[in-house]
Amino acid sequence: MTEPVTMMAATTRLDYVFTAGVAQSKNLHGLEEGKFIGQRCPKCKKVYTLSRGSCPVDGLPTDEIVELPNTGTVTTYCVVNVPFAGQSIEIPYICAQILLDGANLSFMGLIQEIPIDQIRMGLRVEAVWVEPDELGPTMASVKYFRPSGEPDAEFDSYKEYL
Amino acid sequence: MAEGTNYSADHVLEYPYVRSVGPVVGAFLTGLRDGKIVGIRGTGGKVVVPPTEYDPDTGEETSGMVDVGPEGTVTSWSWVPHPRPKHPLTTPFAWVLVRFDGADTSFLHVMPASGPDEVHTGMRVRPEFAPEADRVGHVNDIRHFVPVDAAS
Repeated sequence: MTEPVTMMAATTRLDYVFTAGVAQSKNLHGLEEGKFIGQRCPKCKKVYTLSRGSCPVDGLPTDEIVELPNTGTVTTYCVVNVPFAGQSIEIPYICAQILLDGANLSFMGLIQEIPIDQIRMGLRVEAVWVEPDELGPTMASVKYFRPSGEPDAEFDSYKEYL
Repeated sequence: MAEGTNYSADHVLEYPYVRSVGPVVGAFLTGLRDGKIVGIRGTGGKVVVPPTEYDPDTGEETSGMVDVGPEGTVTSWSWVPHPRPKHPLTTPFAWVLVRFDGADTSFLHVMPASGPDEVHTGMRVRPEFAPEADRVGHVNDIRHFVPVDAAS
């Protein structure tokens, strides 16, 4: 007959329904409106981006909502040169930790519109959003960050966030 | 969505593995694709189905593929009144352990039935294969088991 069987598909699949919860839903709603939302701790006054709803230091609810600007600083970065399954961005590309102005926690974002050998700590960046009719409750509402043209931030201004 | 909405979304984690099956399981899967059940001889001539590379009792190497079945006997079973999305059948069924004629071990598969009254240990069953064109060398090449006296 035909050739012997030597391989077998053995797909592993886990189907989750992810519920964002109250705090993350506020962040997602902000993204849907093209805004970054921070949440401030009532005690230490730190502002968390993509907050889970409580301050990890003080354990208190971060109920105060703070609208954050579109601009921030690259604290650290990584140039991705390695291809992997499911990659959606052409390599090489830059992943950076971005500290929004007024925030006390950075998050990871894609950097574009800069040659990869010019990425650096302290680079000032601004968010580029998708078209208004494409905004949704997802980080995909932010297309990427790009250099804002401002002078680099002083190291002391972000050294606490590395 | 409105402010204050609590968001939720489907999130699927999937690993599309393809694995090599080796000579013994490969022979079993090749048999399924070709519409037959194949076992292997273990210690003392015992026939192990599905075949393993080593005797499950003694750890000795097995050798010599043998055809068994296709009819067999239910040695144990468990009723599933409400199948889950990943179960092989969408209607109520029994997980059955089937000892094929000529085999000394049992093989796990499914048998649909209208209720648990229709399933019992010792009943005679046979596999219902998928059409030849749909068989790929996978345990699901057997769609399910049916009682031996059932119409095809």
